[in-house]
Amino acid sequence: MSEHLDAAGGHSDYHASVKGYLIGFFLSAVLTAIPFWLVMGKVLPTSGITSLVVLGFATVQIVVHMIYFLHMNTRVEGGWSMLALLFTAVLVLIMLAGSIWVMYNLNTNMMPVHDMMDMRNRP
Amino acid sequence: MQISPTLAADGPVRFYDDGDHHPQQGTLLGFWIYLMSDCLIFAVLFAVYAVLGRSYAAGPSGADLFNLPLVAANTALLLFSSVTYGLAMIGMQHGHKKAVLGWLAATGVLGAAFLGLEVFEFYHLIAEGAGPQRSAFLSSFFTLVGTHGLHVTFGMIWLVTLMVQVNKLGLTTENRRRLMCLSMFWHFLDVIWIGVFTFVYLMGVLP
Repeated sequence: MSEHLDAAGGHSDYHASVKGYLIGFFLSAVLTAIPFWLVMGKVLPTSGITSLVVLGFATVQIVVHMIYFLHMNTRVEGGWSMLALLFTAVLVLIMLAGSIWVMYNLNTNMMPVHDMMDMRNRP
Repeated sequence: MQISPTLAADGPVRFYDDGDHHPQQGTLLGFWIYLMSDCLIFAVLFAVYAVLGRSYAAGPSGADLFNLPLVAANTALLLFSSVTYGLAMIGMQHGHKKAVLGWLAATGVLGAAFLGLEVFEFYHLIAEGAGPQRSAFLSSFFTLVGTHGLHVTFGMIWLVTLMVQVNKLGLTTENRRRLMCLSMFWHFLDVIWIGVFTFVYLMGVLP
């Protein structure tokens, strides 16, 4: 990978090529088509399995976009972009997993709202 | 950056600077950090949808409402627009102003088609009585998908602005930098859309 200063005085780690975009496009198209087919064709037996498989495809596709469209690698901006990305990914993971876990427990452990309504209306 | 003056016996003051600590202009890194913060906004909205997405309040569910072929069309439009933007960037690398403007226009058309389909979908849902006020599911749905749509809208405004600038001033240093920032923004929105069509639409229609 050739590092050179561009006219902007910055470094152009922008090594885009038509080939890169076409590979990215092809992979994305496949990784999009399969989940749509799985869901619309009701291919897999249960919703749980379908959800997991579809989420897996989405994760792979996000990585494909990061590499082929956003040109992400550990050398961009001296590694700071990747560091920011990893930090954000950790935050997102904690936040999503934490919210879903806590709220799921709240839902299962708390009295349903309509029961409370009944109690309030009781003499 | 460390600059240390050194007195040499036989010459003027010299400054040693290996200059390897950070990029010489921080705009692209700064913009990337902004995108990461934007990512957190979407993460919170995804979490809200994860919690409320099945609270239908006896109203319609995702399986009743979502039109998957329409979503597939939207996904294709956004994916194509990512590629056309990429081709605009390649035109920029080669210094072809006309190619840049042409591919940016193609990106704009695809983006507008995406927004058109989304507005059509929202209009249809609201007309059916499945507006944001119907249930927690629909509130979180409209907030998440609407926020993404708003981002695309602002991306379109930015795109048109840049087309005018490139047309008027050419591929100057500043315009190249702006084009690279918008490139990141546009591809980033496509990444968010992967989460939306998977988590909201595909998983939303599963029983």
